[in-house]
Amino acid sequence: MSGQDRPAKIYALHLAVLVVLFALNFVLPAYYHGLMARILVLAVFAMGYNILFGYAGLLSLGHAMFFAAGLYGAGLAVVHLGLGVPLAFLSGLACGAVLSLAVGALALRTAGVAFMIVTMMFAQVFALSLIYFARWTGGDQGLVVPQPARILTFGAAAFDLTDPTVRYMAALVLFAVALFVTLALARSRHGRVLAAIRENEERTRMLGYDTFANKLAAVVVSGTISAAAGAAFALLFGYVGAAFAGVQYSILPLLWVLLGGAATTLGPLLGTLVMYAVTDTASSFTSAWLLIVGVVLILLVLFFPKGVLGTLRARWLGWLP
Amino acid sequence: MISPLLVTRGLTRRFGGLKAVDAVDFTLMPGEIRAVIGPNGAGKTTFVGMVCGRVPPSAGTILFDGADITEMPPHRRVRLGIAYTFQITSVFPNLSVYDNVALAVQRGGGGDMRANVMAALEKVGLAGRAAMQAGQLAYGHQRLLEIAMGLALKPRLLILDEPTQGLSDAEIEGFVDLVRTVAENATVLLIEHNMPLVMQLAQRITVLDAGRVLAEGTPDEIRADAAVQAAYLGTAEQAA
Repeated sequence: MSGQDRPAKIYALHLAVLVVLFALNFVLPAYYHGLMARILVLAVFAMGYNILFGYAGLLSLGHAMFFAAGLYGAGLAVVHLGLGVPLAFLSGLACGAVLSLAVGALALRTAGVAFMIVTMMFAQVFALSLIYFARWTGGDQGLVVPQPARILTFGAAAFDLTDPTVRYMAALVLFAVALFVTLALARSRHGRVLAAIRENEERTRMLGYDTFANKLAAVVVSGTISAAAGAAFALLFGYVGAAFAGVQYSILPLLWVLLGGAATTLGPLLGTLVMYAVTDTASSFTSAWLLIVGVVLILLVLFFPKGVLGTLRARWLGWLP
Repeated sequence: MISPLLVTRGLTRRFGGLKAVDAVDFTLMPGEIRAVIGPNGAGKTTFVGMVCGRVPPSAGTILFDGADITEMPPHRRVRLGIAYTFQITSVFPNLSVYDNVALAVQRGGGGDMRANVMAALEKVGLAGRAAMQAGQLAYGHQRLLEIAMGLALKPRLLILDEPTQGLSDAEIEGFVDLVRTVAENATVLLIEHNMPLVMQLAQRITVLDAGRVLAEGTPDEIRADAAVQAAYLGTAEQAA
């Protein structure tokens, strides 16, 4: 929507990425195939995070709670209520939406560092509650979503989500939906208002925008997409655990987004992918793999301060959304 | 009889023990170009800050078009038609010039977005720079962009807080023409230090000093007012 709009080029690029991801299903060896399905789901988490952090400029340190809300919302619905896959997924989404609305309404009374601390505290409360209510949540151990419950039926057709190809395709569909939601948002009027709030909130208010309402909407969209990733994770990989609500799962999406490029549509995928590639490579030849990951992160921040895609956009590809 | 567009009654703002604005009664008629002048610290920016909602008043009421807006949050006042351009340039530096104005245009529903944005940019002479990042504009152009954003809100009351600060003489001349065009459709409330400009543009002038209204009248009356001269204008030659 800016002065230099290139819609055809933008859609072509995004479709090409999806085609490549689709083709990978047929060429990746089993181990990487499984890893890639996981990366796609976690990239959706990163995309949810990116909406709040990248576009609206709000740094949350508590996004693990939204991922976990989807994870448990879907997992518990299967285990305790015996719901089918579609309803369990919707249950995960609803949990994420409700939680993000409540947390957003309270946390957005603060800004900056206070917002980071408040979101982190809420996430801690959420994670500790999961452990406290062990009778339902399985506590530290978590819960396994049984294989027979992870079959998606459409009339006569049945898709077993434990089958690697079905799982990969389900992850890809979710990723594609999240990608186009992000793209639509970034190019929408609401996206422009979010960018304005990120740049200068006071000025945005004096242009007649209710910045609180706009930020709350961003928290809810961001939290719900993160919850969608969590719900998909529970249903595709069959495990629901409190570790996913821990503080490292609030930091990881931040790292993925920073690496790939905040406020870019494809940055979250790239960041997640790079991080997994580095971790996987480094841990294959040394036990000090965290050291190598750290060095790579420092190098990336030095040479790509705006993330890989953010820097590419600033230097050469101004049209990149 | 035409009813006033803006009325304040006993409008007061205290900062600790200091009364920045002290019981100001103020009436602005529609279509007017009104200047508010006064020495530094006279309370001009605080006063318009209360009118547009950035500063909550300590006492008093504000009526806009007959309705009490004293408690109304600023973004809703903008929707009623009160636009404020900032004293310190306050554009969105990392967004394009186009997007800066588009934010103001879409607030009003948009219509033909591109046409409305370009029309606002055309008025201030920035149409050729629509694709540039706002932060890369020269300072004077950023001031003009700020005004274009105010115009694009299609306000009924446009508050300009020291709009010519840092502009060159040539740019100020263009600005005078611009404000006259704006005043055909809107009421203009102008805070300004540049006295020749105020005398040339304003139909009426309100002089604030130490938070109070010291004088109010046409440019000629203000020029002749002894109290104003003592407080602010200096000698008669300088004022002319």
